Amino acid sequence: MKGIFNKTGLTAGMVFLAFQLSAQSGTMSGSNILLYVLIGIAILLFFGMLINVADNLIGIEAKQNNIDVEASGLSLVPNFRHLFGSRTATYTAGTPVTVLTKGHDILLEGDAQDKVVPASSVTRYAVQPPNFLGLLPIPKLTVAVGDSVKAGDQLFFDKQMPDVAFVAPVSGEIIEINRGPKRAITEIVILADKTQQYRKVKAPDLAKANQATLLHFMQESGAWSLLHQRPFNVVPDPTRIPRDIFVSTFDTAPLAPKASVVIAGREAAFQKGIDVLAKLTTGQVHLGLDGRGDEAPPAAFTQATNASKRYFKGKHPAGNVGVQIHHTAPVGGSDIVWTLGVQEVITIGNLFLEGRFDASRIVALTGAELKDAHYVRTYAGANIGELIGNNLTNDHVRLISGDVLSGIQKATNSYLNWSDDQVTVIEEGDFYELFGWLLPIDLRPTISNTFPNFLFGDLKFRGNTNTHGEKRAFVVTNDYEQVMPMDIYPQHLMKAIIINDIERMEGLGIMELVEEDVALCEFVCVSKQPLQQILREGLNNLREQI
Amino acid sequence: MKKALLKFFERIEPDKDKSPFLHTGYDAFFTFAFTPNHVTAGGVHIRDGMDLKRTMVHVVLALQLLYLFGTYNIGNQHFAALGLYPGAFEGLHLKLVYGLIKIIPIFVVTHLVGLGVEFFYAAKKGHAVEEGFLVSGALIPLIMPPDIPLWILSISIIFAVIIGKEAFGGTGMNILNIALLARVFVFFAYPTYISGDEVWVAGIEKVGAGMYAGQAYGMVYGAFDSLFNAFGWATFGAGQAAVVDTFTGATPLGLAAKGGWAAVTEHYSASQMWWGNIPGSIGETSKPLVLVGALFLIFTKVADWRIMVASVVGFVACGLMVNGIAPDVFGPETKGIFKFMAVPWYYHFYMGSFFFAMAFMATDPVTAASTPMGKWIYGFLIGFIGLVIRVLNPAYPEGWMLAILFMNVFAPLIDYYVLEANVKRRSKRQLALAKTRATQTAEAEIVTID
Repeated sequence: MKGIFNKTGLTAGMVFLAFQLSAQSGTMSGSNILLYVLIGIAILLFFGMLINVADNLIGIEAKQNNIDVEASGLSLVPNFRHLFGSRTATYTAGTPVTVLTKGHDILLEGDAQDKVVPASSVTRYAVQPPNFLGLLPIPKLTVAVGDSVKAGDQLFFDKQMPDVAFVAPVSGEIIEINRGPKRAITEIVILADKTQQYRKVKAPDLAKANQATLLHFMQESGAWSLLHQRPFNVVPDPTRIPRDIFVSTFDTAPLAPKASVVIAGREAAFQKGIDVLAKLTTGQVHLGLDGRGDEAPPAAFTQATNASKRYFKGKHPAGNVGVQIHHTAPVGGSDIVWTLGVQEVITIGNLFLEGRFDASRIVALTGAELKDAHYVRTYAGANIGELIGNNLTNDHVRLISGDVLSGIQKATNSYLNWSDDQVTVIEEGDFYELFGWLLPIDLRPTISNTFPNFLFGDLKFRGNTNTHGEKRAFVVTNDYEQVMPMDIYPQHLMKAIIINDIERMEGLGIMELVEEDVALCEFVCVSKQPLQQILREGLNNLREQI
Repeated sequence: MKKALLKFFERIEPDKDKSPFLHTGYDAFFTFAFTPNHVTAGGVHIRDGMDLKRTMVHVVLALQLLYLFGTYNIGNQHFAALGLYPGAFEGLHLKLVYGLIKIIPIFVVTHLVGLGVEFFYAAKKGHAVEEGFLVSGALIPLIMPPDIPLWILSISIIFAVIIGKEAFGGTGMNILNIALLARVFVFFAYPTYISGDEVWVAGIEKVGAGMYAGQAYGMVYGAFDSLFNAFGWATFGAGQAAVVDTFTGATPLGLAAKGGWAAVTEHYSASQMWWGNIPGSIGETSKPLVLVGALFLIFTKVADWRIMVASVVGFVACGLMVNGIAPDVFGPETKGIFKFMAVPWYYHFYMGSFFFAMAFMATDPVTAASTPMGKWIYGFLIGFIGLVIRVLNPAYPEGWMLAILFMNVFAPLIDYYVLEANVKRRSKRQLALAKTRATQTAEAEIVTID
């Protein structure tokens, strides 16, 4: 629709050129192939222009009558995806579908089996202030070592937003407050009670309460800490109402937990959470639904009310909320949106349904180095060593809170990050490889056709942490483009960040990205550049400027 | 075996502080033998198996067929000029040995000089030797005439690597294609060695005005001769044989510039040109083998297919254009340039080194445009401008070197506008979004008033 003026200009130019040439060929009577080709192109462009104008007129008319041109199939220009694209599954009928062609699924061994085991061996849980981006390094503690707390009791607050409570996920005794460099508080460790005690909260009545009451309740009940604000992925500013709220109901990251396991039995709480969120935004709650499989995703998502739904079909990162925002209603300018995961929505729902802060989480224990990969039922911030127990096949491994792309490396005695619902264990790859750059000695995850991976389709890899090469300057230009399903040029954005050109990085879309969105680009990077780190530096610089 | 090798490397590691230059060399060879044991830290935990060394090596692999054919063709052209061994496989051993004697010094000198400069800068700046020269070093011998004097070759490579690359900050920072920069240096600094009719056939010397003879074969050839004698095969002999009467040494492009397609086909058949049995730079004559390399690069995604396809499109567009303005009928007064313009566009594929330039030179990711849209524009303009230079500019017989260097300089500009378009698109989208929001909220307010 946009190209009309360009096309008109081009057509005029072509016709002019054609006349010029025919005048010349009159005197020189040269070969006419070029002339015919040009006339052909001119005719095609002319008809294309006519159709385009007609299409635009239909679009204007449709807009006045509030009809979605795409959904009702009114467009004159055939959609190539409809003509040639793979058929989307039947369950998506009536809901918009976004098909993403770019991306890559890293297939790893160690998928969690569909069994959920209560993690009875976990005794310690921790809230880690560094998990909440945007806080000052030393938050103000409201508890001390030796205090006993109930689940939902406040542990600390940030001086920039004193009304926002950060609360305990479990009841028990505070046994440690650990500090990191510059006395920053890194962990507040709770030894959990055998039977959980909950702080009773009185949730406002959703039907009657106004937005201010709800916001206040979210802040003092601890629900605020479950939200992320984009841009920057920080704890939301308590003074601002988000433009929209986005929830991705599926995770496409390697070995990610399945939505059907996570939601099972908690459908009512999820719906309640959506109802609450819908009251907190000027726009809508957007649910990103999984359109990849042959079977419909769980009914709790597809039948959810009070939310706008859209299917996403494609490889990773189709399940990343950042990609979904980009294809629904992108962030930019002074807009802010909130994002949160399915389990966080459930926690918010339970605040209203049951009147308690229920931080229970279904966590997937995954990775090829586990004897038994499965799901456990525990609480946010569980101790990783206790979660895994003696499940490791060997001890030369890396423990990751989260997935292999954007997770954080953890020691045995550290804790699951606040928003993570996955632990991945892979082999440490600190070995030398003879002529590793030349021979495809063993298969490894890659998007490159220089390895014979393309012959094996669905082959799964063990995967290890070897970098498979040294860091270099940006050289290759066609790697990020293959896995970035957004209208963003990652390499140029990264260069703009490195030279700290604020205006340029904003223009190139840094506001739409957080670390997990460029993680796959970092995986494929031939030059082994630390893109997530570069991006975070850029985001931090930008935040200081605003 | 791997452990023993590792131990050996450990034992011979020189001290980094005492002898930095030696350590740089050691480090380069060690990382050549072993991928290092680095593990990921902070960021992704798992990395793609592809790295820059592997990328570069695949370009070098794609060139191997050209090296093989180039070696053969040096000898083949030499003996064809002398009227000896006309069959493709006649005197094969002589042709190959002759080619090897020509190409090995070029290859060795290229790498010694180029890597020497790289090592020097790596040691001086204290970073690892980066693999950028791997590809440049493989490309440079293929784009030089077989008789290039080695001192000229050395100077051109030193110029290209220092001024073209190290001055800008090393691998990945250069603006101009290193291999082409080396060639363009020879082209402008020593034009007699790389242009004209005489330079493209190896071992033919001018003995008078318009008189040529083969070279005298020296000691090395004598050594091979005694070997061949032992087998009872044909030998080089003393040399200095007279060339055949029809010999001109001219390349098809040189002929076409003077007399159009008719003049070309007097000397070379179309299939001869297609398969590469013609004089020219060492590696670029055989079109099918270049295309095999190009397909290999496209399949492995090492080079970008967009640039290749776009430059073919640009090439065809320009070919049609010059055909369109060329006269149909030639009189005795018609100048050579008009006859050249009348050469049908598809015959232009047979002559010169378009495919080689398109597949291996234009696709250099560092110097090409780096956005997908930019690559289309960049490739198209290379194809278009290159043919303009080939046909319409009488000073240069072939256009790709200059066209690609020209577009190298413009690539950042093309990217700049592609990125500007992205920025504009983003701000426009934001405005549109804000507008729909505003109308929605307005509607919502009306509803609440009701």
